Amino acid sequence: MTGATATADTRRTGPVLMEMKNITLRFGGVKAITDISFDIREGEIRAIIGPNGAGKSSMLNVISGFYVPQQGEVWFRGQKRPPMKPYQVARQGIARTFQNIALFEGMSVLDNIMTGRLTLMQTGFLDQAIWWGRAQREESAHRERVERIIDFLEIQHIRKTPVGRLPYGLKKRVELARALAAEPKLLLLDEPMAGMNVEEKEDMCRFILDVNDEFGTTIALIEHDMGVVMDLSDRVVVMDYGKKIGDGTPDEVRANPDVIDAYLGVAHD
Amino acid sequence: MAHPAAAPAELCSIPALLARNARQFAGRDAYREKEFGIWQSWTWAQAQDEIRAMAMGFLALGLARGDHVAIIGRNRPALYWSMVAAQMCGAVPVPLYQDAVAEEMAQVLDHCGARLVVCGDQEQVDKVIEVQDRIHHIEQVVYVDKRGMRKYDHSRMNALADVVAEGRAAHHRFAAELDTRISELGWGHTCVMLYTSGTTGKPKGVVLSNRNIILTARASCEFDRLTEAEEVLAYLPMAWVGDFIFSMGQAMWAGFCVNCPESPATMMTDLREIGPTYFFAPPRVFEQQLTQVMIRMEDAGRTKKWLFDRFMALARRVGPAILDGRPVATADRLAYALGNLLIYGPLKNTLGFSRIRVGYTAGEAIGPEIFDFYRALGINLKQLYGQTEASVFITQQPDGQVRSDTVGVPSPGVELRIAETGEVFYRSPGTFVEYFRNPESTASTKDAEGWVATGDAGFFEEGTGHLRIIDRAKDVGRMADGRLFAPKYVENKLKFYPAVLEAVVFGNGRAFCTAFVNIDLTAVGNWAERNGIAYASYQELAGHPRVYDMIRTHVEEVNRSVAQDPMLSGCQIRRFLILHKELDADDGEVTRTRKVRRRIIEEKYADLIAALYDGRDSVSTETEVTYEDGRKGAIRATLRLADAATVASPPDRRAAA
Repeated sequence: MTGATATADTRRTGPVLMEMKNITLRFGGVKAITDISFDIREGEIRAIIGPNGAGKSSMLNVISGFYVPQQGEVWFRGQKRPPMKPYQVARQGIARTFQNIALFEGMSVLDNIMTGRLTLMQTGFLDQAIWWGRAQREESAHRERVERIIDFLEIQHIRKTPVGRLPYGLKKRVELARALAAEPKLLLLDEPMAGMNVEEKEDMCRFILDVNDEFGTTIALIEHDMGVVMDLSDRVVVMDYGKKIGDGTPDEVRANPDVIDAYLGVAHD
Repeated sequence: MAHPAAAPAELCSIPALLARNARQFAGRDAYREKEFGIWQSWTWAQAQDEIRAMAMGFLALGLARGDHVAIIGRNRPALYWSMVAAQMCGAVPVPLYQDAVAEEMAQVLDHCGARLVVCGDQEQVDKVIEVQDRIHHIEQVVYVDKRGMRKYDHSRMNALADVVAEGRAAHHRFAAELDTRISELGWGHTCVMLYTSGTTGKPKGVVLSNRNIILTARASCEFDRLTEAEEVLAYLPMAWVGDFIFSMGQAMWAGFCVNCPESPATMMTDLREIGPTYFFAPPRVFEQQLTQVMIRMEDAGRTKKWLFDRFMALARRVGPAILDGRPVATADRLAYALGNLLIYGPLKNTLGFSRIRVGYTAGEAIGPEIFDFYRALGINLKQLYGQTEASVFITQQPDGQVRSDTVGVPSPGVELRIAETGEVFYRSPGTFVEYFRNPESTASTKDAEGWVATGDAGFFEEGTGHLRIIDRAKDVGRMADGRLFAPKYVENKLKFYPAVLEAVVFGNGRAFCTAFVNIDLTAVGNWAERNGIAYASYQELAGHPRVYDMIRTHVEEVNRSVAQDPMLSGCQIRRFLILHKELDADDGEVTRTRKVRRRIIEEKYADLIAALYDGRDSVSTETEVTYEDGRKGAIRATLRLADAATVASPPDRRAAA
């Protein structure tokens, strides 16, 4: 089934939001991604899985605009995307979290989440310098949105706590909050449950489902925990050695012999 | 005081009080809740408007007179309103403990026969759905927080906001019906039904009438001169009678403002922001706060620590006297005023107690040190003694007559007598109507003349007339040689040490007493850190030899103190062990209000008790534990049993002489 995009369960997912067409990404002689195509539909939770070094994070970096592929096209909301800087991609409505947490450790949780609103801030340098009036009004409006996210992710008790003092699981949640603050159309999660205990994982699963449900955010995630992936996602792309070896609903992927080989470790030549 | 002088006959229900407050205090804040980082508030007029709309929404859902409405969730204005809205419809609100597992909830929901259930959030809805396949009388589920609820089957489920909107839209249809139902309410109607956690057996539904609640609220408001200017923080379980009296009965009677915290985790911050004037907390909360203060002071700089120690010594000496208005030397007064500026004031502010006029604690005995600490700071902390069946108040301490070892004088309107067995009986306007669908228990608890057995043994102190409680009457027993055995008396003395979270003493019918001890992870963990003791888990810390040494010192001190009292000197602890797990309500070992369930512990840990009495040094055991989500697991441990020195009791000494 390699190459063919599986028919999605379209009961609740909408039209195609993002389409990756024949993406190839090379670092010098190393081919990180070889000719991969898949799409992400509006409102779905799309997982990218695969063994270590399969090229999952590279794929996410292509989507977020951090890497520009040598070949292939990225289509977003029906338009072909020219090579862009990450901040331009962010403005288009794509937000992400990182595999190894990338928060401002010395700043409070609230301030960290406020930085997620940066791309949405309108007032100019002068207004910000004067502060009273327009900038203040704008900040109140942004703060209101941020407070809703704080409430949503149940992190009220650490609102004023510096991020550096938080345990790992909460930092991950703060990262998710910051990504959500940008009100993304598409949310990219790079191993959101890595290093978490069972309880934290369960919480995170619930938050991801709730985000998808409540805000209608489309989510693309990379995750190692197969249980989590199969429970959460609507459709799964499976990568191995930079190639796509499977694509479909969790059940289809689970039954795919190539995927089983990749995970159970059949001798590669 | 803008109090209505008498209790006119028309103020005989909570909805009637609400209407009065909406007239008299229209513009004053009635409810506040911190949400989205800001205190959102509702005036009495707005609250009435919301509650009426909600009640009409309930009518639209088909709520009938006499129906029971179960309410499950953390303290939120919307849930308090739903209780009043249910009353307006002639129905009976039944608040349930939100941390109960589905199984416990099933028992109660089944027993009360609720047709409508109001849930705080998805977690509670899930539990209700889980029990619904066994309990078929639940017709409608209403929830407050919409998060995660989108995909649920909504054929018999509604968001509370939608119910309110529907009620508002349908006011032409329902307003007249609602007014009729409100006007029908009288003294005899049930105001609320509360399930007692019950230290034994299944929970019982205590039916409290409007007469019970409103007369009690009125008497207690007058006792402490509570006015509409009070601020309270509603953070204790809504299913507990105390919260119903404080946040509903007294708030409605006096017209004061009820503040709901943002989440359970932010309670301390919210407490500080609100600065309540009237505050209730179980001893545990005061203990935790004191422990935190002490831990933080240990980390403070030398000057600050010195200032703190010095001024606290002064405060302990003269603070309570100043609070009680007794004569104090001018020099001490001046020094205390300086201390207030430098230490007490800032400390009280940090704790959120700057504005406290009246503070109560009850439920368990409070350690004299803890009690004195708060009183020394100038916080008017008092004790009361009560129970669900009495609508809380049985005795309370009047201002100026406060001590840690008594529970005060009978509350206004309460009659007390002590039976020959030592058990305390009371009769009051707040005495409950009955146990719901349980005439046998009603009859065995309340006699024909209205006297209710508290189940506690106690006596009136000579001279002051204050009541002192020794123990649960049924727990008081005799040792093998006939000496009095009062476990709680000893346990309380042990629990006054910060390192001890819980203690259970055994010895009824035995030759000597033994004890289980639960260490307090915060206090002992901090102590371990300070002393360079490494530990990986609660279990490991609990079994550490140096922790054993520390606890042994405490036990021996308690033994010396117990030996002072000739009546109870037999209760000295000869052997003890430190439990490998915390006693937990999910395992049924303590009640939701954290009272020890002696019988259950005796059965569950029978092997450990046997080992304490047969002289072994260690014992291996396996214990079943229940996780918060209801799953079960087991922990295995080998526990050390330790001996403690006892002091010869006075009669023995006389024999030896």
